[in-house]
Amino acid sequence: MSRILKDPRLLLLIAIVVAVIVGLGSDQMNLYYRGVAIDIGIAIILAVSLNLINGHTGQFSLGHAGFMSVGAYVSAMITLALQKSMGADDLTWIFLPALLAGGLVAALAGLLVGVPSLRLRGDYLAIVTLGFGEIIRVIFQNVEAAGGASGLSGIPRMTDLAWTFILAAFAVYVVGCLVNSTYGRGFLAVHDDEVAASSMGLNPTRYKVTAFVIGAFFAGIAGGLFAHHKTTINPQVFDFMKSFEVVVMVILGGMGRTAGVILAAILLTLAPEFLRSVAEYRMIIYALVIIFLMIARPQGLFNFARKKKSLAP
Amino acid sequence: MNEIFQQLVNGLALGAVYALIAIGYTMVYGVLRFINFAHGDVFMLGSFTGYYLAQQVTKWIPLPSWSGWMLIMFLTMIICAIIGIVIELLAYRPLRNRPKLTVLITAIGVSLLIEYTCQHQAIFGASQKAFPKLLPTGNFTLGGLSFNTTQFVVLGVTLVLLTVLTFIVKKTRIGMAMRAVSFNSAAASLMGISNSFIISFTFGLGSALAGAGGILYGMTYTGIDPLMGVNVGLKAFVAAVLGGIGNLPGAALGGLVLGIVETYAGGMSGMSTYRDGIAFAILIIILIFKPTGLLGSKQIEKV
Repeated sequence: MSRILKDPRLLLLIAIVVAVIVGLGSDQMNLYYRGVAIDIGIAIILAVSLNLINGHTGQFSLGHAGFMSVGAYVSAMITLALQKSMGADDLTWIFLPALLAGGLVAALAGLLVGVPSLRLRGDYLAIVTLGFGEIIRVIFQNVEAAGGASGLSGIPRMTDLAWTFILAAFAVYVVGCLVNSTYGRGFLAVHDDEVAASSMGLNPTRYKVTAFVIGAFFAGIAGGLFAHHKTTINPQVFDFMKSFEVVVMVILGGMGRTAGVILAAILLTLAPEFLRSVAEYRMIIYALVIIFLMIARPQGLFNFARKKKSLAP
Repeated sequence: MNEIFQQLVNGLALGAVYALIAIGYTMVYGVLRFINFAHGDVFMLGSFTGYYLAQQVTKWIPLPSWSGWMLIMFLTMIICAIIGIVIELLAYRPLRNRPKLTVLITAIGVSLLIEYTCQHQAIFGASQKAFPKLLPTGNFTLGGLSFNTTQFVVLGVTLVLLTVLTFIVKKTRIGMAMRAVSFNSAAASLMGISNSFIISFTFGLGSALAGAGGILYGMTYTGIDPLMGVNVGLKAFVAAVLGGIGNLPGAALGGLVLGIVETYAGGMSGMSTYRDGIAFAILIIILIFKPTGLLGSKQIEKV
């Protein structure tokens, strides 16, 4: 059993099989529960991809929603265009290529944002990524083809449970394997001490940009899933709050701890649903919880294991 | 030509408000080295303090009047200073020696807390409110241009406040202590300076200026709402970075430059919808080509 658990490819396979089986059974599910489950899957992809940037590589990014919006818009525009030109036929075959295209364009955006801004550190980087996220939003607000401020609507509802969780498993697998590979130790080295890493012959900038591009790619995929789940998107959805939500997932999960981050993503997606009865106090409670946790448990909610290995401040 | 000059005055008035808020960011960054995300919300609270004070003050001193306005300004600045000190005491002080990211997240948390609490129906409510008329101002024409006296009041008040601030920082003992803490807080505390007191004082001073900015903003734009601090706060932060964070004259200069650029760009045809993106574009360009800002000095990082 433990050998099975140690082989990531087998785990991925198991996760995909489970996702497909659950997905096949999801037709029987209550629509509301299914919607929340898909939200959770999307949140997991977002959180795990940001975890590669924020947690493993230590580059504080506040612009994840920007990359998500790129993926959402690109994939939605592709499916909408195809739907128009080919009628409302079966479009399932185009879904995955559209998602991939969204992810790739988002990755390109990640490269464009990453190369100049990753020269900065700490809160300067945070504010620049925030700025880029806002600029991406302002651009979408002004592009006619993207529907301007009212956004896109009537996107075909193609995101289902199986696709969401297959892609979530895939994101966890890629990020997990990447970080645990020989090459991937470089991410942790850059996180722990950039100067020491570069004196060991690693190229910190390269690692940072790689993390940024891969993170942005998965954020784009998540955005595509999101667009085809909600069927309407507008620039307002992908504002600073959305980025911050993902950052909170990563921090509560314990920066760089994949299992914790997944748990936090599940918890933070479920929490608003449970707080529906006190909806008017929901965001107040949310803010208070963040402040309290930062004071009481800054290392993350699900970070029980040994002390942080890193000695760098 | 006329229009260019008119836009310049508009830009300077907007920039003056940015400058007042930017100084708070820059001062806090100077002593604590972190971005106080909640600062924009203190500015918003300043506006609302003025709004509610005006309803009380007008019972004693009829508004609009200069004396009533001065009283409101003064009280708002004091209340905002207290708010700033309390925020630091409750949220940031327990995190004094924690990693910067922890403090940054807490600051965003505080900002969200203030925004959503104020949006609640029992506090201010989410809808926009009309800021009362505090000063007997009007329009006047000069050389074929029509001006609003409010804009000149805004510029004048900003100038006075900046002079007072410069005096405090440069000439008084407590200002010297602030500069010492900002330069090297460990050495300053060895010299008998109470770091905690100086940090509280800095928060108070910055928040008072933000409160004044809130009133001036309300007087110029007349519409206030609980989320107004988000955008203005971010732009003021951009102004602080533009001028070189930690540098007081830089923050003032950055605020004015940003205000003017934004006003001109917003006035150009086809550009007005991009107005909100301009500040960030400037920020990114500055950080990539001259990360220390216009007036900042280079800091060498030692291993």
